[in-house]
Amino acid sequence: MKPFQQLWDILASVKLAIFTLFALSITAIIGTVIPQGEQASFYADKYGPKMAQFFQILDIPEMYGSWWFLALLTLLVANLVVCSIERFPTAWRLATSDNLALPAERVAKLSGSRNWPLTPQQAENIDPAAILAGSGWPAESRREGGELRAFSQRGRWSRLGVYIVHTSILVIFVGAAVGDIWGVKGSVMLPEQVTADKIFASKTREPIDLGFSLRCDSFVVEFYDNGMPKTYRSRVTIIEEGKEVLTSDIEVNRPLIYRGFTFYQSSYRGYQDFILLIQGEGDSTGGVFTLPFQKQELWQEKGLQFGVVNAEAVGQRVVRAKLWFKAGEAPAVIEWFDDNQPRLLEAGGKQYRINVKQMYATGLQVAKDPGVWIVYLGCGLMLIGLAMAFFMAHHRVWLYRSEEGGKTLLVLAGNSNKNRPALAKKLTSLEEAIDKTLRG
Amino acid sequence: MDSSQLLGITTFTYLLSALLYVAILVFQNPGLGRVATAFTVIAWLVQTVGIGLRWLESYQMGIGRAPLTNMYESVVFFAWAIVIFYLAVEWKFKVKSIGAFALPLAFFAMAYASFSTEISKGITPLIPALQSNWLIAHVVTCFIGYAAFAIAAALGCMYLLKNAADNGNSGLAGRLPELALLDDIIHKTMIFGFIWLSAGIITGAIWANSAWGTYWSWDPKETWSLITWFFYAITLHARYTRGWSGPRIAILSICGLAVVLFTYYGVNFLLSGLHSYGSS
Ligand code: HEM
Repeated sequence: MKPFQQLWDILASVKLAIFTLFALSITAIIGTVIPQGEQASFYADKYGPKMAQFFQILDIPEMYGSWWFLALLTLLVANLVVCSIERFPTAWRLATSDNLALPAERVAKLSGSRNWPLTPQQAENIDPAAILAGSGWPAESRREGGELRAFSQRGRWSRLGVYIVHTSILVIFVGAAVGDIWGVKGSVMLPEQVTADKIFASKTREPIDLGFSLRCDSFVVEFYDNGMPKTYRSRVTIIEEGKEVLTSDIEVNRPLIYRGFTFYQSSYRGYQDFILLIQGEGDSTGGVFTLPFQKQELWQEKGLQFGVVNAEAVGQRVVRAKLWFKAGEAPAVIEWFDDNQPRLLEAGGKQYRINVKQMYATGLQVAKDPGVWIVYLGCGLMLIGLAMAFFMAHHRVWLYRSEEGGKTLLVLAGNSNKNRPALAKKLTSLEEAIDKTLRG
Repeated sequence: MDSSQLLGITTFTYLLSALLYVAILVFQNPGLGRVATAFTVIAWLVQTVGIGLRWLESYQMGIGRAPLTNMYESVVFFAWAIVIFYLAVEWKFKVKSIGAFALPLAFFAMAYASFSTEISKGITPLIPALQSNWLIAHVVTCFIGYAAFAIAAALGCMYLLKNAADNGNSGLAGRLPELALLDDIIHKTMIFGFIWLSAGIITGAIWANSAWGTYWSWDPKETWSLITWFFYAITLHARYTRGWSGPRIAILSICGLAVVLFTYYGVNFLLSGLHSYGSS
């Protein structure tokens, strides 16, 4: 029993809390100085083989998931739980206690208390609860023998604010654990016009089934005049059992959520291939073709032949492409098309709406994190708890009519867990109100 | 008149305000008090208009975005938040001598923003990762918190000065507020900062989650903001439950600002962050 008690006392102590928070702060610095998640060879090159080996033993390359860092976090959790178990009952009692049970002698002994002797007539007529209520302190009252007791309080739940803050930290940890256990983190590189039903886990690269299919319809990058990227946008279609159920755009900061999976725009890759859209005048549907550079393609039923014969690029990005286009037996037309700028082209006496576009693949980050709402709940609780703990105070005011040595007295006292000057001010105005009542 | 001119004027008016507050302290001239306050309010209003104008200009350039998204703009907002926070403290506690310590901070921030060659002042468009309302909420909440911590550190300096004087009731030290009052304001300011820092870390996590799909990835900036948060949590616990107060808390308030500045500034330049400002 003894050692258990000792351990319990340590776990309940604020000293341990300060130690743990300090230890977490200091060790957390390591991971900001030593790059995380690199290959073993990286550390050997940069810090020497001896040091690298030492790093491996202490899991420094993945230190935020290392056994000793998690142990420190666990210590913090245990500390919070035990400390709250120890102290919460007291706080609860202070918030919910029957304050009218406090005897008059105790009220009179509270610091700053004041009393007024009452004439028999005053004693007859006085109503302490009404006096309190008249000064903005809605009061409860009770008769206790010859005493007439009234009590009012404000902000009693602020006593629990600290516990809401401490609990919120536990809630956040629970949310993080849920995400860690049941969550999925992966990614997929999806070329335009390609459909995928699997993504790849970030850590293991193992394929994960989505349970539905995702097709990338198009990917575009838009630029500002100064050349900075403005938008990365993927248009994707969700397909379930062969049916297209949803088409939506994904941009950075505007992910798509479907069946618990969230798809984030995270990267892209440009290809040397082209996507060609053709729609003849008067045709109800057009055709979409993936054209390798300088390869000829045939659209049999319309009697069209075409290919990209030349292109101009800035870095990886094609700005325009030269299209070779032949309709039936008419001579071929060759024209430049700005990337992804649809326009009309005349060939063989007919108008065609044409769009030539460099082919891209969109890189999507995929996450399924059932814990994130728990984490957000914890965050909300934390802010509420902090506001309660810091901006509210528990003010209590007693006003009793009591007998002492054959005389009748009116006794006033107040108590506050913090911000005492504010309460003192309110008590002063209460005293004035009482003076006035007794005089008139 | 464009926003950079207005912000330039702000820099010098803050210098003047700072000098006025120092003059009150040195020459013990209470008549100057009103002037200093009025001057500071005007300087702050000029800055507010300057920030608003910068917003407008970004729309005129066709890239409309809130003026809170790069190093320059965040430093300017930092100074703005310090001054409004200081004015609130002056109004609430009716002590002007704090201005002699707080206004120089605002001036140095503005001067650094205006004259440093390391940070660009241009209104540049936002890369996709920064196009988020959560980012605005993140910057605003963090910097209100940082401003409170800056004032707490200024108060900490005042506390230590008064405490170190042979006779705290005469000379310059005598014109500083009572130690007990300073101690009280330091504590309240730190609490206020702590709440906003908490909100700042939370909004940052929500932003990261909407942009990258992880609310926490232990990159250096995030980790240092957590260290800052731990630091102030430790300070609050030491004070509340172990009864630390006075000089110890004053020293911690100054150390706290050092941690804040490292998180805000040092990390960008000394450590290789994944998504420190701009890159993503
Ligand atoms: C990151 C972790 C923590 C945070 C953010 C936090 C936050 C807070 C806050 C805001 C207060 C109110 C302080 C005040 O009123 O001035 C508080 C009080 C307190 N904390 Fe923590 N805390 C943390 C961890 C812990 C741990 C691990 C313990 C374990 C012993 C602990 C024990 C206490 C106690 C005993 C109080 C005083 C409660 C009272 O009697 O009113 N805290 N904490």
